[in-house]
Amino acid sequence: MLKSTLKQSLIGGMLAAGMAFSSAASAEETIKVGILHSLSGTMAISETTLKDTMLMLIEEQNKKGGLLGKKLEPVVVDPASNWPLFAEKARELIEKEKVSAVFGCWTSVSRKSVLPVFEELDSILFYPVQYEGEESSKNVFYTGAAPNQQAIPAVDYLMNEIGVERWVLAGTDYVYPRTTNKILEAYLKAKGVAEEDIMINYTPFGHSDWQSIVADIKKFGATGKKTAVVSTINGDANVPFYKELGNQGVSAEDIPVVAFSVGEEELSGIDTKPLVGHLAAWNYFMSVDAEANDSFIESWHAYTKDEKRVSNDPMEAHYIGFNMWVKAVEKAGTTDPAAVQDALIGVAVPNLTGGFSAMMPNHHITKPVLIGEIQEDGQFDVVWETSGLVAGDAWSDFLEGSKDIIADWRAPLSCGNYNVKTAKCSGQNLE
Amino acid sequence: MQMNQLPKSLLRLCLGLLLFGTVLPALAEQQADFESALQLLQEKSYDTKSEAVRKIVASGHPEARAVLDAMLGGDLYTRKKEKDLVIAVKEGSQYRITAVVSGEDLGLDKKRSLKKVSINNQLRGQLRSALALLNLDNPDAGERLVAVGDMLDSIDAESAALLRDALEKESDPKVREAMELGIALGEVTSKDPAVRLQAITVLDGSMHPSAFNRLTSLVEQEDDSEVRKAAQDAINTIDLKRQMSGIAETLFFGLSLGSVLVLAAIGLAITFGVMGVINMAHGELIMLGAYTTYLLQVVMPEYPGVALLLSIPVAFLVSGGVGVLIERGVIRFLYGRPLETLLATFGISLILQQFVRVVISPQNVPVTNPSWMSGSIEISSVLSLTWNRIYIIVFSLMVFAALFMILKKTALGLQVRAVAQNRAMARAMGVRSERVDALTFGLGSGIAGIAGVALSQLTNVGPNLGQSYIIDSFMVVVFGGVGNLWGTLVAGMTLGVANKIMEPWAGAVLAKILVLVFIILFIQKRPRGLFPQKGRAAEG
Repeated sequence: MLKSTLKQSLIGGMLAAGMAFSSAASAEETIKVGILHSLSGTMAISETTLKDTMLMLIEEQNKKGGLLGKKLEPVVVDPASNWPLFAEKARELIEKEKVSAVFGCWTSVSRKSVLPVFEELDSILFYPVQYEGEESSKNVFYTGAAPNQQAIPAVDYLMNEIGVERWVLAGTDYVYPRTTNKILEAYLKAKGVAEEDIMINYTPFGHSDWQSIVADIKKFGATGKKTAVVSTINGDANVPFYKELGNQGVSAEDIPVVAFSVGEEELSGIDTKPLVGHLAAWNYFMSVDAEANDSFIESWHAYTKDEKRVSNDPMEAHYIGFNMWVKAVEKAGTTDPAAVQDALIGVAVPNLTGGFSAMMPNHHITKPVLIGEIQEDGQFDVVWETSGLVAGDAWSDFLEGSKDIIADWRAPLSCGNYNVKTAKCSGQNLE
Repeated sequence: MQMNQLPKSLLRLCLGLLLFGTVLPALAEQQADFESALQLLQEKSYDTKSEAVRKIVASGHPEARAVLDAMLGGDLYTRKKEKDLVIAVKEGSQYRITAVVSGEDLGLDKKRSLKKVSINNQLRGQLRSALALLNLDNPDAGERLVAVGDMLDSIDAESAALLRDALEKESDPKVREAMELGIALGEVTSKDPAVRLQAITVLDGSMHPSAFNRLTSLVEQEDDSEVRKAAQDAINTIDLKRQMSGIAETLFFGLSLGSVLVLAAIGLAITFGVMGVINMAHGELIMLGAYTTYLLQVVMPEYPGVALLLSIPVAFLVSGGVGVLIERGVIRFLYGRPLETLLATFGISLILQQFVRVVISPQNVPVTNPSWMSGSIEISSVLSLTWNRIYIIVFSLMVFAALFMILKKTALGLQVRAVAQNRAMARAMGVRSERVDALTFGLGSGIAGIAGVALSQLTNVGPNLGQSYIIDSFMVVVFGGVGNLWGTLVAGMTLGVANKIMEPWAGAVLAKILVLVFIILFIQKRPRGLFPQKGRAAEG
């Protein structure tokens, strides 16, 4: 008799405890946020710090009380600079972990790889890196620069302020540099630059033997006409590239290199003395003098417990993207992707350079354009900036196939690929 | 009273008054110009600063050079409180401040109290030309040479005239040569055809890019046929020299790439050749050598050069030790089973990669190049060879020679060669083949470690370093003939040079593809490679 009552009370006790735990668990419901950045491989040099930024932003939002009364829970995965793995990990985040939004990707090939996954499962991706345009998806919000917010103004600066007449377009061999160089080549030729004054060159990811390419650049630039290099080289190939430039004595006064994928983070691991004077074009620099920037850097240093950590443009893009997402979710009252996608258009949040950033109907944002010169300490000194904000243009006006295309995700158009001449929507229309 | 009786002192007084009346006001004006220009330097706009630099040069003030030098060197600051211009040099954790014009020492202060006078690329170029002009009469010949060199790119009639004046006082032969080149560059656009002809003879054969450019533009605009012919001849000579330089440069690049390939592959040639073992973990053994360099540099951060030299024996021991462990622990049980060995060593390569990722970091680690590894040596204006590559070529040849000596002259080498030719016979002769196997594997792995040390100076060091070199190593070994040292050397150098020859017109990506296709076609004809192993057992 005693045995069975003991058994019964034990079972009863366990059931009660189980119920208590499960109810406690359901009270602990969180909103999950996915972080899809390479933490190893050739792109880890650039992407790891973005994962840390997202963790900091989520922690800060939780201190403010979370979102819609629930805590935010970050889910971090490592796609390891492996493009097909990006798609697998994205699927894992959306289907298995059930995240409400994903902040991630760097290379355009990683974004192209995850695009079908996001469109199939109807989730949201915030993409914080400058890219080549020619895309506008219902499920992606591009907080990085489109070519008209980085590449074109940089080329204008070189042409007008520096008087460059010969151009070397050097890039890593994948979609972003190939498309950007197509746009730039068309732009330069439209401005009257001759074919023989343009030299285009592609190298594989992680390329380390830059001897002959740098020697060719030297020869190309020794004809007496001012020459500049427009670099879309990505990842850790930049390190031996800049080292070789230094070793072969190519100084920024002779042949300036303006890079689109080299920021404070990539410079923090190399000796920047021989690089002084080389340029980068971004929408944010850590050295910009603004109150919002100062407080961001302060919290960043407090979070990482490292006074030497730097901040860069893609970090600012995540800052803007995250705050926009939070505002949109609050506006929509739900994390349901469809509702948030609609609520995001028109949202404006402060950026870190003292102004505001607004989300446009084509899923791009408004940003200022800054050109900076590398200093000895690895920081950038702003030498030129646009007087106002530039709105991101997804479809380049300089390419034949995309001149007549616009993206507008508001009803009734709801189209990412709308041809104004033929009034037809194609490609990424999901209606 | 006669004139010559006027007291000398009175004469001096008159002279003094005369000077006072003319020179001092001039000096005062110079001082005023200089000081107003200094004020402009504190403005934010780069255009204003550029104007200020022009004014400073024009003023001719004796302190001009010091100010411009400080500005170019990044030592020119404004004090935030006093709002004056100072030169600040780092001393310990603070800065030693000196006033600009008076040179008086204003003591030490923190960086926070100072704001740097920032410059951009145009200002840098402008400052360099201005300093070049001011440095033409520097007492040090080296400085004068640099000054003339800086002027050569933008010679015009004015600067050519300055050089002509300076040439008369110049004694150093190198500086004279540079000055004559500069004068010729200026005179090539003279109105007098005889002067132009003279200038062309000076420019003939000069490898300085400006010489070629000026001559080319001259040929296009020239009316006088004699001058035009002379210019064209000069251009042709320079062109020929350039082509030769280009070939020498490609050869150098090819040899340096080849030497890297040889270093990476030679360990594999030994293990593959002697034991027939396909070691997929070879790349990771290279990676371990590179990480050894990194760790030694972390241990002694003040002496990167010493750490680098020390890491050669240490990496040999580390990678060699790991190699012996792999052989004794795994490969020994899989002899005669090449497929299993391939899989097992592939698994070991993954384990080694993950080990490094977990213990050290998944990201790349920074390995510093010691100062003697940076920079380049200038053979001529168009040919400069980078030091790091020169050292690596010499180093790989030394490693090759050492390995050759070991195999040909030592007892171990004799045993290794015996086992490679005919294992059964060697055992019958009393050679302990198991011990030889372990030591051979250790030797090959140790060499891989040394290759890693060399690679750490050229490329990023990360857990994936091995993956980038394993394919290339196998390519070299297959192409050169398994087990043959000379084959590896010739194959490595050939592949390197071939890659570099193709790179300019095919691009880096396509060049690699073409090299691979070439090797595939080559081994259709000669499956054993360039220098196949001979001997009865090898045929089997």
